[in-house]
Amino acid sequence: MFDRLRPVWIVARRELIDQLRDWRILSPIILLTVLFPAIMNFTADRIVNFTIRYGADIVGERLIPFLLMMVGFFPVTISLVIALESFAGEKERGSIEPLLSSPLEDWQLYLGKLIAVMAPPLAASYMGIVVYLVGVYRELGWVAEPALLLQVLALTFMQGLVMISGAVVISTQTTSVRAANLLASFIIIPMAFVMQGESIVMFWGQYYALWWAVAGMGLIGALLVRTGIGHFNREELLGRELDVLNFGWMWRVFAKGFRGTSKNVADWYLRELPLTLREMRLGLVFMMLMFIGAFWVGKLLTGMFPIPSELLNLESINQVEVEGLDSIRLFSSASILPIFLQNLRVMVFAVILGLFSYSVAGILLMLLPFAILGYFGFLLAQGGLPIWQFFAVFVLPHGIFEIPAILLAGTAILRMGANLAAPALGKSITEGVLQSFADWAKIMLGVVLPLLLAAAMMEALVTPQIAIWLLTR
Amino acid sequence: MILTEDLTKTFDDFTAVDGVNLVVGKGEVLAILGPNGAGKTTTVRMLTSILKPTRGRAVIAGFDVVTHPREVRASVGVLTEHHGLYNRMRPEEYLGFFGDVYGLEKARTTQRTGALLDLFSLSEARGRKIGEFSKGMRQKLALARAMLHDPHVLLLDEPTSAMDPASARLVRDSIKELRSSERTVVICTHNLVEAEELADRIAIIRRGRIIARGTVSELKDQLLGPTIYEVEFVENVAGGKSLELPAEVTWKLNGAASIQYSSPDADRYNPIVLRQLLEQGFGVKTLREATRSLEQVYLQAVMGGDTSREDLYV
Repeated sequence: MFDRLRPVWIVARRELIDQLRDWRILSPIILLTVLFPAIMNFTADRIVNFTIRYGADIVGERLIPFLLMMVGFFPVTISLVIALESFAGEKERGSIEPLLSSPLEDWQLYLGKLIAVMAPPLAASYMGIVVYLVGVYRELGWVAEPALLLQVLALTFMQGLVMISGAVVISTQTTSVRAANLLASFIIIPMAFVMQGESIVMFWGQYYALWWAVAGMGLIGALLVRTGIGHFNREELLGRELDVLNFGWMWRVFAKGFRGTSKNVADWYLRELPLTLREMRLGLVFMMLMFIGAFWVGKLLTGMFPIPSELLNLESINQVEVEGLDSIRLFSSASILPIFLQNLRVMVFAVILGLFSYSVAGILLMLLPFAILGYFGFLLAQGGLPIWQFFAVFVLPHGIFEIPAILLAGTAILRMGANLAAPALGKSITEGVLQSFADWAKIMLGVVLPLLLAAAMMEALVTPQIAIWLLTR
Repeated sequence: MILTEDLTKTFDDFTAVDGVNLVVGKGEVLAILGPNGAGKTTTVRMLTSILKPTRGRAVIAGFDVVTHPREVRASVGVLTEHHGLYNRMRPEEYLGFFGDVYGLEKARTTQRTGALLDLFSLSEARGRKIGEFSKGMRQKLALARAMLHDPHVLLLDEPTSAMDPASARLVRDSIKELRSSERTVVICTHNLVEAEELADRIAIIRRGRIIARGTVSELKDQLLGPTIYEVEFVENVAGGKSLELPAEVTWKLNGAASIQYSSPDADRYNPIVLRQLLEQGFGVKTLREATRSLEQVYLQAVMGGDTSREDLYV
């Protein structure tokens, strides 16, 4: 094992020495290690004293941990610049080719660079945190809770990991530092949102939520590392000219993926589509388990957000009002199209979200209705309506079509994320995404849309009738 | 030492290398010539196990490039198109790093580094940073890196580009030395004089396909036809007395005091031509083979038709 890790250290050591010789990297790190924490100390001292003067002590109390997080965050952002320089820069200057021509394995080179890129900014961050902590202790006597300190240290590490692993993914898809810098907005913008979220948590004072941020960042970091390892290979690094968007080629990849080997529409429907469905089996099982999980989460939510039982008593429902519902246009064929379009909109939105989040956000959107179903199902059960009856009446008539549709669309999105995280050998990110997108389109057009249409018809015409029958019997 | 069969590389819908067959033995130097974008670099990258062939196979020093990439890369020294040097390092440090990467013992790295720096006259620049090196010095250092682990096979992309004549001579002599020490060398170059001087055989590649191959004289015969001879006279022959040569010999005037001719068999017809000219009273000053450069061969191959014979190996 040590023999296999030795080349990692050889690569990391060279990069580290190289960085330490470059004043353009050293200067900001030193400034952010010493000067920035000192400024934060000064800021904390002034604001705390100011807020105390006006009785707003809590603002000061919350500001100190917030600034602690900031002191850790800023030096680690340099890792993004170093990573782009180390990965895309070496590619652009051609100095990566001698390394790729050597017996080094792809993962050894990747890991060596990852360590070298991450170590100096992370060390700077941690030193900055120490400088800040010493400062606030001396000025204000503030000592960080060990758990909070651990959270901030972990968060700083994860933020660095996400930025660097994201930078590697970007670097594998570009041939110049300039292009990589332009694409870095795909890292900076989401990170800005994450920082805003973490800042809210800091001022809200619910520090336990930071563990969720650590876990979330860790998950994204791990997925990005997996993607990076998948794409940081010789073939990908030197075999492609990636900076030009070739729409003709993109369309051909998509069309080939969509058409498969089918000869005509009937062949596509009877052979190609079932083939794709068969490939989705494992994903389908996984999605079903997640749906059950979401349903269970809904049940747990009934304990957290209860509704008074008298409101749930079905017998208290005014019979006349319920019967009157029948006359509303909502329960007519005019509702079919809006219901269908709404479901379609959600599916499209989910795939877009999925594209930018390794499927996670897209899948969460798909799981939401199941959590809501679980919540209302178990809530109504508390009011006396057996859960099976709730399903049989309110869900199943249209759900018999809609649930498989969501399941299939969700699985297609899940596969998209999986393809991004673990790309097929010899395929670029674009190729992988286009292939997954073709599969998604295939499933949507061939199965999901017909199912959604049937579900919309049932939901508009059948489900309300059964529900009214139940509520007025 | 190098064997490729139907070696093909396709990127998306573009075929960069198309069915290349090569055999290069120990102690042989093969020059690959071709215009920019012809597929030379892609071929070299496949031979280094950087790129996987889409079709066909390649065996380097007994190792398949797909199944044993690590062994292939350990057996090959590559001089890449871009030298890929680290400007903030010093030459010894740089070669030391690659010694570590190739898993050489420290003592061996030190010994090889010293020898190579001496060989390429870089010893005096030991204390300087690579960023301060001239283009030629950088090229020589990159070549030293390629030779550091004493590989069985060397793949050299433009080994003497950007070098002054003295340095280029140094490098060419080193390549000749490699040949005599039973190393296999493949050179990709645009320098045709260099290719003619160094290469035992030449392959001309265009649009990913080898369109001509063989020794320099074979290529000349293949592409430029039979050898042309030139006779220079002491006086003008144009417009004077008629000149008669055997019917099998085709000839033409080449200026006022010179003719060019070709024959089906030089050994047989050259003495006949010379005798007849003297018998007819022409004062022959010289008879020599007309100069036909590799450049003419190259241009004929690249601009002319496809002369490849797929059953042939280089």
